Amino acid sequence: MAQFQIRYIALTLAATLLTACGGGTTQPVTADNGGASGGSQALQINGAGATFPNPVYSKWFSEYNKLHPNIRINYQSIGSGGGIQQVTNQTVFFGATDGPMNDEQLKAAPGAILHFPTVLGAVVPVYNIPGLAEDLKFTGQTLADIYLGKIKKWNDPAMAKLNPGVKLPATDITVVHRSDGSGTTYIFVDYLSKVSPEFKSQVGVNTSVKWPEGVGGKGNEGVSGLVTQTPGSIGYVELIYALQNKISFGSVQNAAGEFVKASVDSVTKAAAAEAASMPADFRVSITNAPGAGAYPISSFTWLLLYEDPKDKASGKAMVDFVTWALTDGQKYCADLGYAPLPANVVMLEQAALSRIKVS
Amino acid sequence: MNVTRTPPARKILSALFVVACGLAVVVALVPLAFVLFFVISQGVQSLNLDFFLHNPRPVGEVGGGMANAIVGTLILTGLAATLAVPIGILSGVYLSEYRGSRFASTVRFAADTLNGVPSIVIGVFAYAVVVLPLGHFSTLAGGFALGIMMIPIIARTTEELLLLVPNALREGALALGATRARAVFGVIVPAALPGIITGVVLALARIAGETAPLLFTSFNNAFFSTSLTQPISSITVQVFTYAISPYEDWHRQAWAGALVLVTIVLICSMAARMAAARVARIRGQ
Amino acid sequence: MRSPDLGFRIGIGVFAAALVIIVVGIGITLANDSWLSLQKFGLNFWRTSNWDPVAGDFGALPFIWGTLYSSVLALLMATPVALGIAVFISELCPPFLRAPLIFLTELLAAIPSIVYGLWGIFVLVPVVRSVETTLPESVRTLPFFSGPPFGVGMLAAALILAVMVVPFTSAVAREVLKTVPMTQREAAYALGATRFEAIRAAMFFARTGIIGAVMLGFGRALGETMAVTMVIGNNPQVALSLFAPQYTMAAVIANEFTEAANALYLSALIEIGLVLFIITLLVNMLSRGLIWSMARQVQVKAAA
Repeated sequence: MAQFQIRYIALTLAATLLTACGGGTTQPVTADNGGASGGSQALQINGAGATFPNPVYSKWFSEYNKLHPNIRINYQSIGSGGGIQQVTNQTVFFGATDGPMNDEQLKAAPGAILHFPTVLGAVVPVYNIPGLAEDLKFTGQTLADIYLGKIKKWNDPAMAKLNPGVKLPATDITVVHRSDGSGTTYIFVDYLSKVSPEFKSQVGVNTSVKWPEGVGGKGNEGVSGLVTQTPGSIGYVELIYALQNKISFGSVQNAAGEFVKASVDSVTKAAAAEAASMPADFRVSITNAPGAGAYPISSFTWLLLYEDPKDKASGKAMVDFVTWALTDGQKYCADLGYAPLPANVVMLEQAALSRIKVS
Repeated sequence: MNVTRTPPARKILSALFVVACGLAVVVALVPLAFVLFFVISQGVQSLNLDFFLHNPRPVGEVGGGMANAIVGTLILTGLAATLAVPIGILSGVYLSEYRGSRFASTVRFAADTLNGVPSIVIGVFAYAVVVLPLGHFSTLAGGFALGIMMIPIIARTTEELLLLVPNALREGALALGATRARAVFGVIVPAALPGIITGVVLALARIAGETAPLLFTSFNNAFFSTSLTQPISSITVQVFTYAISPYEDWHRQAWAGALVLVTIVLICSMAARMAAARVARIRGQ
Repeated sequence: MRSPDLGFRIGIGVFAAALVIIVVGIGITLANDSWLSLQKFGLNFWRTSNWDPVAGDFGALPFIWGTLYSSVLALLMATPVALGIAVFISELCPPFLRAPLIFLTELLAAIPSIVYGLWGIFVLVPVVRSVETTLPESVRTLPFFSGPPFGVGMLAAALILAVMVVPFTSAVAREVLKTVPMTQREAAYALGATRFEAIRAAMFFARTGIIGAVMLGFGRALGETMAVTMVIGNNPQVALSLFAPQYTMAAVIANEFTEAANALYLSALIEIGLVLFIITLLVNMLSRGLIWSMARQVQVKAAA
């Protein structure tokens, strides 16, 4: 950011105090050490971003490291907003997000950034109602109203109508959302804005929104943590976080009127409709997808890579990694609750990967 | 009227006051006991060889440890000390040797100011000054942030200790024809050295437990790393990451990490204070 | 001055100057990097409550509210305890207890803030939540106690801050009480004062220093980040209720800094850092000034 170039007085003076002048003058963006260009020396590549795919990414990076011990991909899940920010600043080599970068964000980056979908996931409404045996049903409208603060108690007539015969308590609904910039938020509010015009105008769609109410948790981890610890609460997290932590989650009514629970199958069906008409830059929303059995709050999640990275060695390693992830890596998805990519999307991506300049 | 007997009302008030003060001590010690009890009882369960020797496992898998974080904290504090010890001690020397000068007052004021700056603000400064120009998160940035926090502590303790050195020593050295430099570094500083080291250890103990300045400087690293230009894991950031997660196994490891942290910090603080007490006793304070 | 001595003075003067440069550098960097936000919002930044990263509209009132509210609450709870400890250790306790008690209170200060936060999440918050749920309805309707029982919120944050502030205030208050000349207490006893009254006289004498100690604790509370961010609920709202999740300046920087996705957002966060820097600077200066002036007063009175 040109802004920060101005205060060189403090910078140069303070910089002379740095004992180990390994950095010296401003270096071009390298995620690895200067001399690690050979295959035998360990190459460390840093990335940051979405918490949504963190379980499968951390599995992938660990498995890939086992296959290629000299390549260490260090991924920190700090939220999609953080991923976009850090990759734009080039403080990390690659980013990850579930909310695709908009045109304005793409323009702000110093170079062209490409989106690569990696897996499909689902955002589920989790809740903590002690003693409740059945799964709750939600519609997009009720979820929007809960998050707008219009539905305040669990036994509100709207909820009772959707869940006849279920004993809903008279407790207040404690709304939990994300406190950090989040692609999971993006997916959730993208869906809510499609089904509730009021939500769209009052809150809008972005990785970080102004929530009318509730408590903020940091990352999918934070929201899961808050919901498990707060009786009467509701939150939204990626499917695997609900499964791994055994938190109850409800089914949501899709565009076809069915109440669908998130699963590898229902997410795959949601993607099927869009897959045929995938845009060239892979930025697409598949929430509220049409079709039977489709889960309405599904989404792709993307890796963000520069088309012309400064560090060619890291660029090549990442291209190899993504190729592996799109093929062999997909077999790890189902166990972790993510749906693998449709075949035609994989083919399109492999073609797009060749755009990255690795030499 | 008997003027030598205190009316019972005042006596009772006084007694109540004494009890209240005693109660205050108990009230303060209750959370201390509480915290230590939980850290020890929860942490001990998860301390095993695995914890010290292994790196974190992928999300959701059980096992793994904080080996990289422990090493990271050691490297970061070492780096911080490399930055802070020269600047801190020499500033302290200046403050004690040239006490009355205007510049010394400015330096002292700056040291006290720096001491009070919130650690998150120091993190922001280190991000702007080290991370952005270098282009990525790094151990250097984290060490820089922690070092800045150490400097004022070391400077002020050094200053005060040097002032305690009897003037006779300085006068003797100067009388023998030593230059100022020789007198200070050859005679006075060695005399105060135990105390100075105490100050350094106390400062180390304080910053070893810092989290906020590391959040966007040294960032975090899933792998074992000793490189200065790469992000590095640290016990504090790792405990934070684990604490706000939903995974039971990570919570266990967070308590274990907290136990390790508290042990390091307490041992350093205790050792430093015992040494300081001994020095004070010798000086006859 | 002999030239080696001059060389010596300049030589170490450079290092001392580094200290000053760092402090000035922090101020300049913060001011420079928040320029964008300062220009765009001006004073309104601190008067409006709308923290909306989507629309690019940033109003930081909730953060300054949260910071001040939590710190003042913490102070209210911590000051009596800290002063009680200081008085007990310096005036009332038997000599053999003195060293261990000092050691224990310093232990409170040595525990890292992240450990307090960890304990806060898993131990304090559930306790606060159960307290919130067991409060009678009549109390729950009062504005201070309204709202759903999250557990996380202002009360939990203030409690943890109070625990963390106690050792600082008490250590300084102890030092301040030590400088009160014995003659003050002796005079009081000579006039037939009870223990309480003599101590009260000493404390009155030391009042500026004690206020300084309290302010030092306040300054500490203002800047605390980790423990607070883990238990305060992270919701930017201006709320009176102790149960409401709120947000502090330090906490929002910690949570949102790595994701400020554009220059204005980052600049707004840095402006918050700038204000935090200035506020803690002023509070610490004030506190030190008070303590120093009390020390002067003692010197003057002793000389008289």
